[in-house]
Amino acid sequence: MKQLLSGNEAVARGAFEAGVKMAVGYPGTPSTEILETMAVRHRSVYSQWSPNEKVAFEVGIGASIGGARALVTMKHVGLNVAADPLMTFAYTGVNGGFVVVSADDPEMHSSQNEQDNRIFARFANIPFLEPADSQESKDMLVAAYEISERYDTPVMLRMTTRISHTLGIVELGEPVNLKERKFVKSPEKYVMIPSNARVRHVVVAERLKELAKYSEVTPFNRVESNGSNIGIISGGVAYQYAKEVAPRFDYFKIGFGYPLPLDAIRKFVEQHERVLVVEELEPVFEDQIKAAGIWVEGKKFFGALGELSPSRVAQGLKDAGLIDEVVKPEITQEELFPRPPVLCPGCPHRGAFMALKKLGVAVTGDIGCYTLGVLKPLNSLDTCICMGASIGNAIGMEKVKGSEKGTVAVIGDSTFFHSGITGLLDAVYNQSNVTVIILDNRATAMTGGQEHPGTGHTLMGDPVGRVDLHELVQALGVKNFEVVDAYDYDATLACIKRQMETPGPSVIVTNRPCVLMPKRIMDEPYVIDAELCNACSACFRISCPAIAASHETNEHGSPKAIIDETLCTGCTLCAQICPTEAIVLKSQFVKV
Amino acid sequence: MTKQAYDILIVGVGGQGVLLASEIISEVAMHAGLDVKKSEIHGMSQRGGVVTSHVRIGPKVYSPTIQQGEVDILMGFEKAEALRFAGWMKAAGTVIVSHTTLVPAIVTSTKGLHYPEDAIDDLKKKIHNVIDVEADKIAAELGNPRLVNTILIGVLSNLLPFDEKLWTDTIKSQVKEKFVAVNLQAFARGRSIHLAAVSP
Repeated sequence: MKQLLSGNEAVARGAFEAGVKMAVGYPGTPSTEILETMAVRHRSVYSQWSPNEKVAFEVGIGASIGGARALVTMKHVGLNVAADPLMTFAYTGVNGGFVVVSADDPEMHSSQNEQDNRIFARFANIPFLEPADSQESKDMLVAAYEISERYDTPVMLRMTTRISHTLGIVELGEPVNLKERKFVKSPEKYVMIPSNARVRHVVVAERLKELAKYSEVTPFNRVESNGSNIGIISGGVAYQYAKEVAPRFDYFKIGFGYPLPLDAIRKFVEQHERVLVVEELEPVFEDQIKAAGIWVEGKKFFGALGELSPSRVAQGLKDAGLIDEVVKPEITQEELFPRPPVLCPGCPHRGAFMALKKLGVAVTGDIGCYTLGVLKPLNSLDTCICMGASIGNAIGMEKVKGSEKGTVAVIGDSTFFHSGITGLLDAVYNQSNVTVIILDNRATAMTGGQEHPGTGHTLMGDPVGRVDLHELVQALGVKNFEVVDAYDYDATLACIKRQMETPGPSVIVTNRPCVLMPKRIMDEPYVIDAELCNACSACFRISCPAIAASHETNEHGSPKAIIDETLCTGCTLCAQICPTEAIVLKSQFVKV
Repeated sequence: MTKQAYDILIVGVGGQGVLLASEIISEVAMHAGLDVKKSEIHGMSQRGGVVTSHVRIGPKVYSPTIQQGEVDILMGFEKAEALRFAGWMKAAGTVIVSHTTLVPAIVTSTKGLHYPEDAIDDLKKKIHNVIDVEADKIAAELGNPRLVNTILIGVLSNLLPFDEKLWTDTIKSQVKEKFVAVNLQAFARGRSIHLAAVSP
């Protein structure tokens, strides 16, 4: 049967067909839909969100050593968090097959960097497979488990945003019949004390030689001959772009990317007059091929920054003198206003940011919806490095008094559970005077509202106890704790001021849930009385998508405001800051 | 129609249903026996940003995205967004655009930024074939502003060589049961609009 599946959905299907028993990860674009699909469509597989990628990876290791096939999913930066167990798990090897999906984000559509995690596989001495469409995403995942078990190694499936989020036709298969594996005590394999690890490192080196032999024969590395004297070596989505713009060249398509099939590549290069490597981001293939003494070209024509596209590949091939023409747009591009993402109407983060902006303090930020607080017109974030960094950043800044007006860290609830707890522990231990605002909207909102330890539900929908932030923070040794309603602007402002003046670390928790998830929250909308509105633009500055300029203007020609009732959630913030009290509940607005 | 390959670019603003629309078109193409790829960018864009979805249909599709300058049909769920992406089109391509106007907060709060006075007129100056549809008004008449996407799919269905039944069956399978009837109505309205526009 054929189905249209995204790359991520195809991975989930592959896990089902491969007999995976445990699927675990932490949400992050573009990887998120893999586990969401598992939980909805493949409920025979136990699936869970872990608080962060390191824990998820370790849970997967446990499942593998316990004898089951395990799938661990994360975005590229998530693998940085899980790098510690990855590097050593490469030494121990597996029992049940183990695959980690690294979903990279070239172009940083929703990420803070665009690292190329093919390098990570090489760094860890493990093989990686890289699909070029949805069908391959499924097929390669199934094969990855066989490779993992045959060679006793964790395997990486490297996806990118374009593969993860592209829908393509997939021929479904039947679930495999697996022989059951059991946990076998084997400390010399699984306990990496130095004396065991030294032995295992030798095993890793030997295994790589075997994997290199496999790389030469696997059908995932294949030559596509069209009788051309020009050869292209490529993999992943870059292969599709190249095929699109130059279908007549010969191709060496790499699906099993580490170790590289250098003998086969050498032969391919020898048979062609000229060979170009077309790869996205880093010259991972090109450098290794050149290091093996094989002459190829590549990066100098395509660049190492950002996502490739058919146009970019065509331009590169033209620059290399291999094709004559590239498609030139016939219609001129219009220069229009930007439409950046903004906090949703009624977003509870808005109140906290308005208060922080008013205070003019340094605000260390973190990864989540609230990172959008950096954009105009809120302009109220000063740092954003990685998950959980806000509290550590604030401690450092406060210790050297980097901000005269004081330092506040903002962090979401999911991010706090992910890696904020240890930062706060540091603040307590080292007696930092930071004020930490946990923006608790009870969801991993940025990636679509996933469950976490504070929501009361698991990925598979089972009800569980919620972590109480007050108890947790108290247990860490924080004495100054306050809960505030971020929809109450004056109270939020006063609360932040108060806690900043209190010595020692303080924690403020905002208590309004995400307006979108799990249920869209809509209260009675507000409207603007155009007669009272003096076009002062105070409400425009809170950056609410429900507030727009009307056609009416004041005597200076400035536009008055109007509220889109279908978007307004009734959060009241604009009404609180309107100096002329022109913003009123719809039911209370009486037109005279 | 003998043509077998179509590059369709669908653009709008987060929350308008761009992704569902492109899913329906892709599903129809697959059932018609063609290869299809649909590529989108979401993530941060679900927060009121620009959403684009590329749908490529043909006997064999390689790249998941369309080259700039190669779009056959541009579907704009918001008129300024359609104008923004007009530069992706072939000059001989067709634009289907809703009159929907969404002015972002950044325009009202930043000096020097403005929303185009008449985006549809600007589009018509660039592209010969523009089908502008008051989809926002029709959706409101049908009782749900979210129907803009299905109305535009109705218009699009006239430009593609797939059976009407394939479209309606796919809409039935992709839309929540309680919204099926109104979506079929919206589809029918869209389909009739274009026919009216091209008939003498």
